[in-house]
Amino acid sequence: MAEVLVLVDHVDGEVKKVTYELLTAARALGEPSAVVVGAPGTAGKVKDSLASYGAAKVYVAESDDANGYLVTPKVDALSAVAEQASPAAVLVAATSEGKEVAGRLAIRLGGGLLVDAVGINSDGSVDQSIFGGAFSVKAKAAKGTPVISVRPGGVEAEAADGAAAEETVSLPAVDAAKSAKITGVEPVVGGDRPELTEASIVVSGGRGVGSAEKFDVIEKLADSLGAAVGASRAAVDSGYYPAQFQVGQTGKTVSPQLYVALGISGAIQHRAGMQTSKTIVAVNKDAEAPIFEIADFGVVGDLFNVAPQLTDEVAKRKG
Amino acid sequence: MTNIVVLVKQVPDTYSERKLSDSDHTLDRESADAVIDEINERSVEEALKIKEAGEGEVTVLSVGPDRATDAIRKALSMGADKAIHVSDESLHGSDMVATAKVIAAALGKVDSYDLVIAGNEASDGRGGAIPAMLAELLGVPQLTHARQVTVEGTSIKVDRETEDGITHVEASLPAVVSVTEKINEPRYPSFKGIMAAKKKPVETLTVADLGVDAGEVGLGSAWSTVLEASPKPPRTAGQRVEDEGDGGSKVAEYLVGQKLI
Ligand SMILES: Cc1cc2nc3c(=O)[nH]c(=O)nc-3n(C[C@H](O)[C@H](O)[C@H](O)COP(=O)(O)OP(=O)(O)OC[C@H]3O[C@@H](n4cnc5c(N)ncnc54)[C@H](O)[C@@H]3O)c2cc1C
Repeated sequence: MAEVLVLVDHVDGEVKKVTYELLTAARALGEPSAVVVGAPGTAGKVKDSLASYGAAKVYVAESDDANGYLVTPKVDALSAVAEQASPAAVLVAATSEGKEVAGRLAIRLGGGLLVDAVGINSDGSVDQSIFGGAFSVKAKAAKGTPVISVRPGGVEAEAADGAAAEETVSLPAVDAAKSAKITGVEPVVGGDRPELTEASIVVSGGRGVGSAEKFDVIEKLADSLGAAVGASRAAVDSGYYPAQFQVGQTGKTVSPQLYVALGISGAIQHRAGMQTSKTIVAVNKDAEAPIFEIADFGVVGDLFNVAPQLTDEVAKRKG
Repeated sequence: MTNIVVLVKQVPDTYSERKLSDSDHTLDRESADAVIDEINERSVEEALKIKEAGEGEVTVLSVGPDRATDAIRKALSMGADKAIHVSDESLHGSDMVATAKVIAAALGKVDSYDLVIAGNEASDGRGGAIPAMLAELLGVPQLTHARQVTVEGTSIKVDRETEDGITHVEASLPAVVSVTEKINEPRYPSFKGIMAAKKKPVETLTVADLGVDAGEVGLGSAWSTVLEASPKPPRTAGQRVEDEGDGGSKVAEYLVGQKLI
């Protein structure tokens, strides 16, 4: 069976959930092989979990420079493995970095680039959801090795047994004139909340929340539901909440079971990031707010009355 | 002296309804108003700031149909010095790989550049990879998703912001930079700027002018093909209640009914 390469998305050896989704999606096209790029010792930490999602092989590309330069070490590793393994496809997470890795790799391999897939089919085609979920598209690589970025949360991860046989890949030396050196990192402090794109419930606040302090109301409701917290662009731009939590056209695309919008008007660009959610609940004091046009359940009222009451009700039911 | 090329894309306005054409699944450019992508106003702003802090020239580069001249004029009216417009029927339906190659070839037509500044992601395709692909083709460093850019002599430092947090990166020029929407607030063109833009030089180039084979671009020779495209049925409004002191409880009841809590 043909190999399908999967770039392992991890932070210092801690594997992200999307990696398991990629390993699952890869099985539609062949046998998944994981490619680990990181500092020496990384593969040892991630191998067992890759095996439990069906990785037949684990290619290990470790070096001190692997974490020291932006994007290029990952492209170097994938292209080295691709040359030797002639894979049916290469899968990468459709994160900011993953999309860049995929784009560069497609250039290097002369491959067909397919971006932000939400499904991979056995005939090699992929499903995409574009314009904020307004259009569904099916696309296919026309020439070369398909290089596919897959949206986190787009495919459901399913465990499977894999041998995870290790193979070492030697990374070429980094050409400093062609690469950007990483001089420092300030990772996102995730806290205990689920990641925005992975959460099954998202509670978002907009300009209507009014201040950074008052976002507390949103966080309390989110925590009672075990949800991630999101924000509109107006809330982010007003300094109420950090940028990485922005939902919408130029923020994250989320598609949870439940999306709760509080003090958000429902501008088309906000909807572009959340309108494929299974169920939408909105609270807004303006009965004319466009968010109500897409809400399954809407409350016309003040979020500072409705949200705390809902938080209490949820807590009560949990007992 | 820093020579900067700013990449500008004209896109369907995100405020209007965006569609794919029924015939070949490419963007239906007639259905929506065309505007300069908002992120590119920020790219232009950043280029102007760097220029104003020292010395240099800002060239706008846009690949797109004839009407992309509107987006180019907007960038010129903000203060860019001149422009290159690559416009060619044969480009219709080009995918990201072809687009990156055309932009790379067009950069070859610029006397010399120290910095290429793009948006991190276009609001229509949302591919988010053209700047990286360009760096690959040009063999220069990529410093992408910048929320802060500092140029010092021949070196550049960027604070990159993504879902992973902030990454501090540095490299030597020439380099490709892409900016995020949090980098700056773009200036409005002044009346003077709008008038001056009308006289600024815009060089129009075809694919042949770039030395690119027309057979390598366009829908027919794309590395990827769209097989099917269909609009999703729009969402409809559900139940709506007024809060009479029990709004929170009503939501809870609804969620229980839906088995969501
Ligand atoms: C290119 C582009 C990209 C964009 N990308 C994004 C994006 O990614 N994400 C995004 O969100 N936006 C985006 N926008 C901006 C978008 O157009 C809107 O400006 C933004 O979504 C508005 O945010 P908001 O709903 O929080 O604020 P507003 O539109 O100001 O709405 C605030 C709402 O809160 C309600 N309210 C006020 N007080 C209360 C209260 N006490 N209780 C209940 N309700 C209350 C008001 O009735 C109002 O409806 C983009 C715009 C452009 C042009």
